[in-house]
Amino acid sequence: MKRLIPLWLTATAGIVMIVSYFIPRTQGWGEDTSIWFDILAGIAFILGGGNILKIHLRKVSDKTKGWGYSVILLFCFLATLFVGLGKIGVHPNTQYPDHSWSGVYNEVGSPFWWLYEYAFKPLTATMFAMLAFYIASAAFRAFRAKNVEAILLLGTAFIILLGRTFAGVWLTDWIADDGPLRGLRIENLTVYIMQVFNTAGSRAIVIGIALGIASTSMKVILGVDRSYLGSGEE
Amino acid sequence: MKILLTGSRLAMLLATGAAVAQPAPPSNLTAVDHERWDNGTRIDLRWELSPDDASEVEFYEISKAIGRVGDLIVEPVFQITDVVPAGTGADTVIELTRDLDVLKLESDFGDQVDLKALLASGDKHFRLGYIFRVVAVGKDGTRSAPAVTATPISPVMEWFDGYRGWFVLTTLIFCGSVVMFIGLAKRGKPLKVRKIAGLEAVDEAVGRATEMGRSVLYIPGILDMNDIQTIAGINILARVSKTAANYDAKIEVPTSRSLVMTAARETVHNSFLEAGRPDAYNDDLVYYVTDEQFGYVAYVQGMMVREKPAACFYMGAFFAESLILAETGNSIGAIQVAGTAMPAQLPFFVAACDYTLIGEEFFAASAYLTGSPEELGSLKGQDVGKVIVAGGLVGGVGAFTLATIILANSPDSSFGLVLQAAVEFFKDRMLT
Repeated sequence: MKRLIPLWLTATAGIVMIVSYFIPRTQGWGEDTSIWFDILAGIAFILGGGNILKIHLRKVSDKTKGWGYSVILLFCFLATLFVGLGKIGVHPNTQYPDHSWSGVYNEVGSPFWWLYEYAFKPLTATMFAMLAFYIASAAFRAFRAKNVEAILLLGTAFIILLGRTFAGVWLTDWIADDGPLRGLRIENLTVYIMQVFNTAGSRAIVIGIALGIASTSMKVILGVDRSYLGSGEE
Repeated sequence: MKILLTGSRLAMLLATGAAVAQPAPPSNLTAVDHERWDNGTRIDLRWELSPDDASEVEFYEISKAIGRVGDLIVEPVFQITDVVPAGTGADTVIELTRDLDVLKLESDFGDQVDLKALLASGDKHFRLGYIFRVVAVGKDGTRSAPAVTATPISPVMEWFDGYRGWFVLTTLIFCGSVVMFIGLAKRGKPLKVRKIAGLEAVDEAVGRATEMGRSVLYIPGILDMNDIQTIAGINILARVSKTAANYDAKIEVPTSRSLVMTAARETVHNSFLEAGRPDAYNDDLVYYVTDEQFGYVAYVQGMMVREKPAACFYMGAFFAESLILAETGNSIGAIQVAGTAMPAQLPFFVAACDYTLIGEEFFAASAYLTGSPEELGSLKGQDVGKVIVAGGLVGGVGAFTLATIILANSPDSSFGLVLQAAVEFFKDRMLT
């Protein structure tokens, strides 16, 4: 039963989603199924939050290496939870002025908004900004001309990089824009490579992905692939 | 054929309209539900052309307005939806909203509708009725008096969306072939799958981690269990964690969704049971970090630098974090295997990982690793889909090229026209 019920639930939800795509009158069923998932995921957050508390409280309790960071994490977690759930510093909605909790939790100027704007956003932006350095290091490794394929890749990448900068336009500016060789201008070569070679390659991958998704979905709906539920035993 | 007008041109035409003589208006405007089976978003309009159609009219401007919400008549506010050239007496208005929910009702019609009367009915959704207006616009930009439909009309939702008929057929053929090959595989038909280097490397990567006495890191993407890539990632986790249990290697699975954590725990637990090592499993191997993309990345990156796992698996849906994770893994010298169906992230994984499962390989991984005949059967079914797609591509491109060449040489060629019509049908009806 432990596996049979989830299998039936999965199959039913999957079939409902397929049917609701083709039969307009059942469109609401598909939307309801999605909402059920949102409710489940929302409730499951309690499990995640509980897991964070458990792991870090244990680290603090055992005074394992780096336990100080766990104290900071727990403090930030609980403080954000408190100001967010408690709607601290939030003004009541103008339509319901007598209900102190009727305002929005992320009202501009509230502590939650402040934490988001001045702590969370700069931190995430910093992480994202690191990507630029990683792109440079990965490109350096990927474009080493080790063999014919790598040389082709390097050449193509070089054209694309140049074509996206002013230098690319300037370098081949001497080729007439309306002449027979206009296709050799670097900015035109860039567009051609992106629209023809790149599009053809990525579409082939996307078609494979679409078929893979459909096939995997079928396996899940039919209960052929049960790995995500655990072992193959009933 | 519809005319596409830029906003400035339309504004110019509308602005100059008042100063010059108007064209005569179109007449007998009627609105009926769309003739084909649809999902209740289309209305067909017909009108008699302006008497000045041939001489003065350049195009007809079609507008829609909501005239009724539930049982209440509301003041119509017209919005231009379409423009058709002179000589056209019919049009299909698309993308109409059939019902409005309470929240949208408050935001859109708060100042027009007696909300209390509507809300008192207890309904959550309210049927919308549309009024349509057609105006003839002259070559000099003058606008005729409008022709307006008399009563609001709502589109009818049929039981089946005829616009998706061809898609149903394709789906049935594809799903049928998957089911058929699964059946054949169950009956013992031998099926072969080509070697996938990335999946062959699973044992090698876990073995290396065991030899080095370091952990195996498994990242099942950053989306939730309702994403098929996460499910595929969890399926591969079953095999990787079983191998880790067999080799007595430590596997660590930080997740960015609570539901993924619970599913991954169940999977890893069962893999350890299957490997005969239930004692080696504990819940702390699979844990939740945060839903926030870069918060999760910061944790995993820090953990990688501190603990230096010897093998890193990235299997699931990834976005900008793909390269951050893979480059960090590369810098610590881990053997890395990635698999995703996000086309934009594949180049990053290819550049930074030792092995990458590209698109369909990622979805085939579960079948490949388990070697179960039923799952291998589904891969063969997938091949039928590829044949259909390849046939459609070659046939469509070939027919279009041939039609273009034939019609360029002889524009009246009936064969060329038939080919062109077939391509149009294929493009507009079968692929939409």
